[in-house]
Parts: sequence; structure tokens; C-alpha cells
Amino acid sequence: MEPAQVEIQLVAIAVAAACALPGVFLVLRRMSMMSDAISHSILPGIVVGFFLTGDLSSPWLVAGAAATGLLTVTLVEFIGRTRLLREDAAIGIVFPVLFSIGVLLIARYAGDVHLDVDAVLLGEIAFAPFDRLLIGGTDVGPRSLWVMGGIAGLNLGFILLFYKELKLATFDAGLAAALGFFPAVVHYLLMGLVSLTTVGAFDAVGSILVVALIVGPPAAAHLLTDRLSSLLALSVGLGAVSAVGGYWLARSLDASIGGSMAVVVGLVFVAAYLLAPGRGLVAGARRRARQRRHFAERMLVVHLLSHEGEPDYATTCRPEHLVEHLRWTASFAQDAVARAVRAELVSPEEGVLRLTTEGRSLAARAIEEL
Amino acid sequence: MDLLHQLLTDYTLRTVAAGAAVLGLTSGALGTFAVLRRQSLLGDAISHAALPGIALAFLLTGSKAPLVLVLGAAFTGWLGTMLIMSITGATRVKYDSALGLMLSVFFGLGLVLLTIIQKRPDANQAGLESFLFGQAAALLVGDVQVMSVIAVVALVVLALVWKECKLLAFDRDFGESLGFGMKKVDILLTTLLVVSIVIGLQTVGVVLMSALIITPAAAARQWTDRLGTMVVIAALFGALAGVTGAVISGSTSRLPTGPVIVLCTGAIVAASLLFAPRRGIVWQRLRELRAGRRLRMDAVLLDLYALSTHHDRHDHPHDRRVLDMMAHPSGAARRSLRFLEDRGYVVRNTPRSWSLTDTGTARAENLLRSGWTAEG
Repeated sequence: MEPAQVEIQLVAIAVAAACALPGVFLVLRRMSMMSDAISHSILPGIVVGFFLTGDLSSPWLVAGAAATGLLTVTLVEFIGRTRLLREDAAIGIVFPVLFSIGVLLIARYAGDVHLDVDAVLLGEIAFAPFDRLLIGGTDVGPRSLWVMGGIAGLNLGFILLFYKELKLATFDAGLAAALGFFPAVVHYLLMGLVSLTTVGAFDAVGSILVVALIVGPPAAAHLLTDRLSSLLALSVGLGAVSAVGGYWLARSLDASIGGSMAVVVGLVFVAAYLLAPGRGLVAGARRRARQRRHFAERMLVVHLLSHEGEPDYATTCRPEHLVEHLRWTASFAQDAVARAVRAELVSPEEGVLRLTTEGRSLAARAIEEL
Repeated sequence: MDLLHQLLTDYTLRTVAAGAAVLGLTSGALGTFAVLRRQSLLGDAISHAALPGIALAFLLTGSKAPLVLVLGAAFTGWLGTMLIMSITGATRVKYDSALGLMLSVFFGLGLVLLTIIQKRPDANQAGLESFLFGQAAALLVGDVQVMSVIAVVALVVLALVWKECKLLAFDRDFGESLGFGMKKVDILLTTLLVVSIVIGLQTVGVVLMSALIITPAAAARQWTDRLGTMVVIAALFGALAGVTGAVISGSTSRLPTGPVIVLCTGAIVAASLLFAPRRGIVWQRLRELRAGRRLRMDAVLLDLYALSTHHDRHDHPHDRRVLDMMAHPSGAARRSLRFLEDRGYVVRNTPRSWSLTDTGTARAENLLRSGWTAEG
């Protein structure tokens, strides 16, 4: 790998980690769409900051954008408090309006400078290695690596410092308020971090794909674990895997890197959805199949036991007749009998099924359990 | 006037305005149900999920005919919605996370496909990007006709299943108990929502189309409590915003249509939230002020009454400074006394002293009977 490629992947990992950490709390607090709102509405902040400073990498841009992010949160909550609209409608109204203002500002006044909507919306991580951070004339690496690494560190520091408060405010806001932990303060700090993270990440992966990295890995991790601490760790891990995987997918397809990362996030989620131990689709299907087999086994031995000693035993207890008596399909009956024979619960004698000692005791147990 | 003149004479502008009116009408009407069912943000997910469909339709057919692209958009938009429904049904992933995930993953897929299309040698793809923010100026009469036909079909279907949709929006369980297949109605209504979104993509773009679903309906909600009326108002608001936005954008250089239309809907919703009769924030505040004034006024009246009970005659005059000291906040008696005087409950004897009238006494006694305490 060339050094530039390594650097791009490091930036991608930093972005993924920075996004996944606050993302866990957004997902748990059912506020995932707030990240979508913030990621859109930072646009006017970026544009105004750019007009004022004339420099796309000025820290004032970050400050302006983070402020618009918080403005979004405040506006949404203000509208929600009037009780005229529900929160989801408030979100859906506020961010398109702010985003539109940003787009119009760019279209009207920034036509000739290096700032177009595509850049904000789509991002371009491939350019990350070209923008170097120089300290005292020495090249210490890509600027975005330092920015995103710093934001990831800030997010991690915040979570470590306020772990208890975040946990309480997330799972029981009422109790948090009663104990004097100010859930509202925690909420705004968290939203501030989401804004900051989104601003930092937008020029790497674009503002809409930030949402994928904020929501996707925590949602997938949530299918895999029940503990907050492992949820955080797993989200960062899955985010990093998606980011690096997305980079290589984009290279092989010669397509948008940000877009590919989002696609891989989707694939990771699907994998978790299908394969999660205990909760996944596959595990569920296997559990149901096992239960069906288990039940069929008992049905079979109980059926045989109840007919034992009857004069027509030899005709009712043939595998072919199970189809009629237990309303099984032929193939299911065949499988069930074969399994029961293998388990030495029944033994076929000249086409008639007879219970073994073990089979008889299982049947007795099954009847007792009922 | 100038704009109106242009609208009537300029062929392109007329086409664009007609298209915007059609899509505003449909999205307003169908958005009503999304907003009432707390699915406002579903529109956002659907419109983003439509992007890969547009790209796929182009990749598969090589055609840029709006009908083809719209069909592709409808397919992936619909697929995304069904995935959201099944994910929230089958896992512990909540609705909001499912929305965010589907929106960003499908949009990402759309970008991947768009970048692949861009690099194809036969790249006559120019124009697909306009689906991001919409380009109303490119609307042709044929496009508007296609949009109109789709819109009419969608609205007729809505009218046919009106009763079921109403049940779904307000009491799903009741509908289920009456024997309506609510799941089917849900899928049908969601499909109509997808339809109303995709016909707007060419004009408004995938990023902002959701605003046209939510905002007219949210504004209409402020003006009425009846579903039928709300649908009609939302449709009218949508059409109004669409036409205004399209005309402003079409007659000014360098103003993309989608954002202008969104700002028009934003203005409508802001005006509705502030000024809608009864519900509006302005009226709410006025009502609060008036109620506060009345409370303070009655408190002063009762103070005066309490003082008068210490005298033989209830119209015994009392100094305003005494009332000021009793009032809360102290010193607030002057304004209240003036209101009381206007209503004939008190009269001013000398510049500083006031006394109850007969009607004032009657009112004070009435208030006390209905549970007021003279503590004021």
C-alpha cells in the first residue's frame, strides 16, 4: 500500500470512530434522525463561515456549523414545546429549510469559488492526504486525520467522563432528573458533540453519509450485545470495518468512497441482522426448526404409546399412516421417523414402528409434562 | 404583476408552474397521512432511497425518460420502506434508527451507482445529478402530463380507500377489529406516499422532497381538526408553495427550484404556526395575556370587596395605595383598576380613592361563591 492509501484509511477509521461513539447514544435515545437533521442544517453555518473567512479549513467554519447544528436542535425542541406539531414533523420541517438556505446562498453567491453543494453533500476523502498539517514547518500528517482523531478523542473523553450520567439520562431520564444529574445539560452536550462530529466528518464522507456512520454501526451492534460498554466498543469496531471495507470496495468499483462506505455499513447491518447469535434471523429460524423437530419427536412417541396394545396397531403405526394421523407431510414424517430411529426411540419391525424402552419413557415423560 | 404576466406568457415558466402545482397538490394531500401517523420522516427516507432506483433504471435501460426513472425511483423507494417496516417488526432496532440507516445506505448506494455511470464511456448521463436538488427548468410538457396522470391515479385511489385510510390514521386496532386488513391498507397508503414523492424528484430533488410531504400537512394541521379539510388545505398549500417557488426560481438566475419551493413551504408553515386561528402561537400568547389580566383584575376587585366588608357601606372608598400593597405583584393595582372602571365594577371617587359599584359587588360575591379566595 502506498502511504497515501494508508493515510486515507486512517482518516476513515478516525471518522468512523468519532461518529459511532455519540451515535450509540442517539440510537439508544431514539434520536437517530437528529443526526440527519444536524448533518443537513450545518450547511448554512459552513457557508456563512466561509463567506466571512474565505477559507474552507478555518476553525470558524467549524464553530459556525456547530452553532447551526445546535440551532436546529433548539428550534426542533421549541416547536415541539408549543405542542402544535410532533417532534418528527418538527425535525422534518426545520432541517430542509436550513439546508435550503445554505444551498441558495451557495448558488447565488459562491458560484465561482471552491465551495459547491456536491462537496458538502458528498465529500471526498480521497483528497485527505493532500491537505497536510504543518507544525513549525514539519509535516505531521494529513490535517483531517488530526481533526477527526481529535474529535474522536473528545467524544471518547466526554463519554468516559460522563459515562454514569449518560447511561442514566439515556435509560431513565426521569430518575436522572430526580437525582440532580441534569439530563437536559447532558442532552445538549451530546447534541453539541454530534454537531461537531458531523462538521468534522462532512468533508471526508459528505453530510448524508455521516448519518450512515452515526446510525448504522450502533444499530448493528445493538443486535449483538446488551451491555452499553460493549455496545460502544463494538460500534467503533464495526464502524472502522465498514469504513475500511468501503474504501476498498470503492477502489475496486472505481466509485464514490463515501457512498461505498455507506453501502458496507448496510451490509454489516444485514450480516448482524441475519447472523446475530440468539437474535438474528438465522438463529431464529434454526431455533424454530429445532423446536419443530423436538415437538415432532414427542408427538411420534406419544402417538405410538397411545396405540400400543390396540388390535390394529400394525396398521396405524406404520410410517405411511403418520401422514394421515398426525397430518404431517410425507417428507416430514419420513425425516421424523428417521431421526427417531437414529435416536433409538423407536425401531421399525417389518414396516411397523415399535417403541424402545427409551422411547416409552420419553413418551411417558412427555404426557406427564402436559 | 410582472411575475404574473410572465407566468401567463412564458411557455417554460407555465410548464414548470403546472408541474410544481401538481406535485405540491399530491404530496400535500398524501403527506397529511404521513404527518398524522407520526411518519413524517419516512418521506425523507423514501426520497433518499429513490436515488439508487434512478441510477439503476438508467443503467439497465440507458434511457433518461422521466417515466423510466420514476419507475426505478418508486421501486427502490418502496423497497426501502418495506425494509424499514420489516426491520422494525423483526428486531429491536427502533423506527428512527431504521429510517436513518435505510436513508443513508440507499443514498450511498445511489452515489456509488452515479459515480459508476459517470465513468462509463457513453456518458450521456448529464442530468441524473439534477435529481439531487431538482431542476424544474428542465420539465417538459410531456413530463407534466405523466406527473398529472400518476397524481390523478394516486388521488383517486386515495378517495376509494378513504375510510380505511382514516381508520389507519386514527385507530388501527379498531379498524382491524372491524375486519379491514389494516396491514394491506398500510402498504397501499405507503405505496401512494412513495408515488407522490417520486413524481416530485425531478423538480425538487431527493434531498429536499421530504419537506414537500411534511410541511404543507403540518401547516394545514394548524387550521383544522377535520381530516378531509386538512387534506384539502394541505394540497392547496403544497400547490401554492410549488407554484410560487417554481416561478421565483424560474424567473431568477442561479436559484435552484427545490430549495426555493422548500423555503416557500417553510414560510407557509411559519405563518400557520404563528397565526392560525385558535391554535397559533400569537393567539395562544394573547389568550395567556388576557387571562392573566383578568385574573389580576378579579384579584383587585376581591381585595376591594374584602376591604369594603369592614365598613357599613360596600361603596366605601379606599385609597389606591392600600390596594397596591395588597396586589401581586405589589403596585399592580392601577392597571387593573382602570380595567375594572371600564367595565363599570368600580368608580373613582377622588384621584386616589376607589369604591365598588353595585355590579362590582355582585361580581365579587359571584366570584367568591364560585370558589375564589380573597387571597388574590
